Amino acid sequence: MSERLVDIAVTVNGELVRESVEARKTLVDFLRDDLGLTGSHVGCEHGVCGACTVRLDGVVVRGCLTLAAQCDGARVDTIEGVSDSGEIADLQDAFRRRNALQCGYCTPGMLLTAQELLKESAKPTREKIREHLSGNYCRCTGYQSIVDAVEAVARARGQA
Amino acid sequence: MKIVDDLPPALSALDRPNSYIGRSVPRPNLERLTQGRGQYVSDVTLPRMVHVAFVRSPHAHARIRSIAIEAAKQAPGVIAVVPGAELAKVMTPWVGVLTHLKGIKSAPQYPVAVDRACWQGEAVCAVVAKTRAQAEDAAELVEVEYEELPAVTDAETALDAGTPVIHPELGDNLTFERKHEAGDADKGFAEADEVVETTFVFGRHTGVTNEPRAIVADWNPGEQRLTVYHGTQAPHMMQNLFAKHLDIAEHQVRVMTKDVGGSFGIKVHTYADEMATVALSKLLKRPVKFVADRLESFVTDIHARDHRVKAKIGVKRDGTITAWEIDDLTGIGPYSVYPRTSGIEANQIVNLTGGPYTSPNYRARARVVFQNKNVMCQYRAVGHPIATAVTEGLVDLAAVRIGMDPVEIRRKNLIPDDAYPASGPSGIKFELLSHHAALEKIVGMMEYPTLRAEQARLRQQGIYRGIGFASFVEVTNPSAAFYGVGGARITSQDGATVRLDAQGAVICHTGVTEQGQGAEAVMAQVVATAFGVPIERVRIVTGDTDNTPYGGGTWASRAAGIGGEAGWQAAKALRANVLAVAGSILQAKPEALDIRGGVVVDAATGSERIGLDEVARIAYFRPDTLPPGFQAELMATRHYVPRAWAFAFTNGIQASWLEVDPDSGFVTLLRHWCVEDCGTVINPQLVDEQIRGGVVQGIGAALFEHCRYDARGQLLNGNMADYLVPMAAEMPDIEVGHVVSPTADSELGAKGAGEAGTAGAPGSVMNAVNDALRPLGARPITEMPMTPEVVLRALGRI
Repeated sequence: MSERLVDIAVTVNGELVRESVEARKTLVDFLRDDLGLTGSHVGCEHGVCGACTVRLDGVVVRGCLTLAAQCDGARVDTIEGVSDSGEIADLQDAFRRRNALQCGYCTPGMLLTAQELLKESAKPTREKIREHLSGNYCRCTGYQSIVDAVEAVARARGQA
Repeated sequence: MKIVDDLPPALSALDRPNSYIGRSVPRPNLERLTQGRGQYVSDVTLPRMVHVAFVRSPHAHARIRSIAIEAAKQAPGVIAVVPGAELAKVMTPWVGVLTHLKGIKSAPQYPVAVDRACWQGEAVCAVVAKTRAQAEDAAELVEVEYEELPAVTDAETALDAGTPVIHPELGDNLTFERKHEAGDADKGFAEADEVVETTFVFGRHTGVTNEPRAIVADWNPGEQRLTVYHGTQAPHMMQNLFAKHLDIAEHQVRVMTKDVGGSFGIKVHTYADEMATVALSKLLKRPVKFVADRLESFVTDIHARDHRVKAKIGVKRDGTITAWEIDDLTGIGPYSVYPRTSGIEANQIVNLTGGPYTSPNYRARARVVFQNKNVMCQYRAVGHPIATAVTEGLVDLAAVRIGMDPVEIRRKNLIPDDAYPASGPSGIKFELLSHHAALEKIVGMMEYPTLRAEQARLRQQGIYRGIGFASFVEVTNPSAAFYGVGGARITSQDGATVRLDAQGAVICHTGVTEQGQGAEAVMAQVVATAFGVPIERVRIVTGDTDNTPYGGGTWASRAAGIGGEAGWQAAKALRANVLAVAGSILQAKPEALDIRGGVVVDAATGSERIGLDEVARIAYFRPDTLPPGFQAELMATRHYVPRAWAFAFTNGIQASWLEVDPDSGFVTLLRHWCVEDCGTVINPQLVDEQIRGGVVQGIGAALFEHCRYDARGQLLNGNMADYLVPMAAEMPDIEVGHVVSPTADSELGAKGAGEAGTAGAPGSVMNAVNDALRPLGARPITEMPMTPEVVLRALGRI
C-alpha cells in the first residue's frame, strides 16, 4: 500500500523544517516520529482527549485531527517551543507548585490550552477556566488543582 | 483556593531538625513533565526497532478455522506475520489462579489466541512491520476464517444448565465462589424491627489511562538478555513473568519503567498483547514496540466492577443495625487475569461490606463467573467502591425506613474511636481507625445543619438538591497476605538503597515506582529528613530491575507506607555510617554527632563540625588518612514489610451535595467533601491531590462511565466519544480534611491514601441523588452509572 508523499515546509518552534510526509500522516505523528518532539502526546487519536494539543499559526488545534500535509507554510508551536522561549514559564511554575499534574501526560496540552484562555481573557472565573479546559482529559488530578493553578496565574498576570 | 493555602504547616510528629515530614514540598520530577520532557514508553525508539499491530477477533466467541497470511507478508515494510500457534512455541501460556482463593479456576491463556477467540478484541494474529502504520495496513490483509460460537454474556445465566461452558475442561462457568458467615445473621434479622432488601448493579467501566499501555521489548541474543521498557506498576513482578514464560532466568531480564502516563491498576496485570510483544522480540531478535491505540485499549485494558449485589440490612427502630447480608455476582470475561486473578475484587467485597460498623452478624456469598467479554480485574480501590456503596446505600435506606437522620444512624453504629483494636463484620482486623472523628469533622466542614436548611428552602422553589454520605475503610500497606500466601511471586516487602555521593549528596534507589502519585517526592522527603540533608541534595532512582532493590512497585496504596519506611530506615542506617566516618575523622564519638542541613554537627550544640562533601572526599579519595582497620561504608540498604497487621486499614467519610433536574434527569455536582485518615501525612498536598483525583474517578463510575455490551458480546461504546469520562466542566471543587491515626507497625506511621477517594465517592453520590429525589416519590436508585435515563426511570417519567 504505497502512500503518496507530500513535500511540506513548516516552521516548528521557530525552525524551518522541510520534509516529505505521507499524505495520511497526522501532525502529532509527524512531530513525534519525524522530528522527535515527543512532548506532544497521543491519547485517543480521535480528537477527544486533547493530549496532542499544539498551536497551528497561533491557534490551538488537535494534533491528531490535523494532517501534517495541511501544515505546509504554517507555523507550529509545541510544548518544547513554548518551554524554551519562556512564554509559559509562570504557568509551568504554578502547575509545579500546585501539583496540577500527576502523570504529566495531559500536561503539555493542558498548558497550551490554558495559555490560550489567558491570552483571551484576563480574569476568567473558575467556571470559565473549567469550561475552557473541558476538551482536555486528565485522569489523575480531578482538575481542581489545574483550575487553581490557572486562576493563580491569571491573577498574577493581571497584577503584573 | 490559592496556591499558598496548600503550602506547609511546618513541623510534624516525626520531628527531626528541618523535617520534611508533613510538608507540601513540590515533586522533584515535575519541571521536566511540564516542559514535555517526560520519558514515557510511548516515546522510546531503539535502533532496528519494529512495530507490532494485532489482528483482533470481531466475535465474542469464535473458533479460528484458518488464518491466511500470505498477502500480509508481501505488504510494504512487513517483517513477520505470526499467528498464535507459532508464538506459542516461543512463550508458554499462563493460568490466573492463586491458592489462597480456594477453588478458583481458569484456563490457559496464550499471548495470541491459538484456535479460539474468547472475546471481541482478543488478538488472533500479530503483524510486525517497520512502522505501526505499515503493520496496521498489513493486518487488514490477514484473512481469518471464523466459526462463530455461542457467546456467554449475561452473568445472571452463566451458571444455568442450558448455558454453554466457555472452557469445557473446567466443567462450568464458575471461576470462584466464596461464602462467609460471621455472628448469627438469622438471629440478627429476627431481632430487627425493619429489614430492607434491595439489589445493587454496578456497570463495567475501565481505566482510560491517558497514555495507553505501552511496551518495547528488546531481546539481545548476543548477551542472552531481554530489556523491556514497560509502562507498568510492578517491574519486578513483570521481570519474573517474562522470564518464566520465556523459560529464561530472571537475571536475564531487565524491566525499565520511567514515566507512565497513568496506571490506576490498569498497568499491574499481564496482558496477552504485551506478552506477545516480548515473545516477538525473542523470535525476531530485535526490538519490538507495541502501544495500544485507544480503540484497542477499550477492548483489552482490563475492565472493572460489573457486579450485581443482592443486599439486605436489619435495623431496630432505635437505629441499631442488627445484621447484613450480601450476594455478589460478577462477570470477569473468559479468563481470570494473571497473576493477581479476577477473584480478588469479589473477595474484597465480602471482606469489606459493613466494614465501618459494629454489627457482627453477617452473611455473604460471592460468585465470579466466566463470560465472553473483555477480561475484568483489579482497578483502583479494588472492591471498595462496591462494598462502600452497598453498605452505605443500605444504611441510608434503613435510616429512611425508621425516619432517622443519616448522620445519626452513622453516629449510632460506626465502630467507636476508642474500641481499637477492633474487627469489622467479616472479621477483618483494624489497628486504629477514627470513624467518629472523621464524621464530626465532615459535618463541621460542610455545615450540615445549614445545608439541610438550604435544601429544604430550595425544595419549596422546586429545586431538588441532595446530601449523601459514605463512610468507608480502605486496605493499604498490604503484607504477604494479599498475594504472596497464594503462591504469586508478587513481593509485599520493598527495599531502598541510599548512597552518599562524592560531593555529599544522597542517591536513593527504591523498589516502588512513580506513576504520577508522587512516590519520588515522598521518598525524597523521607530520606532527606532521616539522613539530614536539604531535599535538593536527594536524587531518587526508580523503575529499573537492574538497579533498584527488589520491590513490589506501586499498587494497593503501598508506596509511601512500605517504600517510604524502607527509605526511612535506609537513610537512618546511612546516617549512622556517615557519622562513624565523621567520628573517625574528627576523633569524636559518632553518637555525639548528627547530620543537619547537610552538615555534620555537634548533636548537643548544633555547631558545625565538618561538611558532608569533606567526609565524602576523605572517604572516597583519601581513605589512607582514616585510622587503620576503619572502612567507610557509604551505602546502606534496608527492606521493610508490615508484620504486625496483614493490612494497614485506613478510614474516612465522603459527602456529596448535588442537584438533580427531574425533567432532564441530569445530575449537577455542587460540592464534595472527604475526610480521611491515612496515618502520618508525609506530604499534605500530595495526599489531598490523591484524594481529589480518586474522588473524580469514583464520580466517573457513579455518573458516566459504562462499557456497554450487547447480548452478542459486542462492546457498543468503545471510544472516547461514546464512553464518557469526567471532564473539567462537570466536576466540583473537593474539600479535603484529615484525621491522623498513625500505624504503629512502622516508625513513619504512614498508611496509604491512593484509593480512598475512589472508594467512597460512588456511594456518597448515589445517596445524594436518592436524597434529592426522595420528595418526588422516586424509587431509590441502586444502579451505576446513574445516567439521566436511570434517574428518569426512577422517577417513573420514562
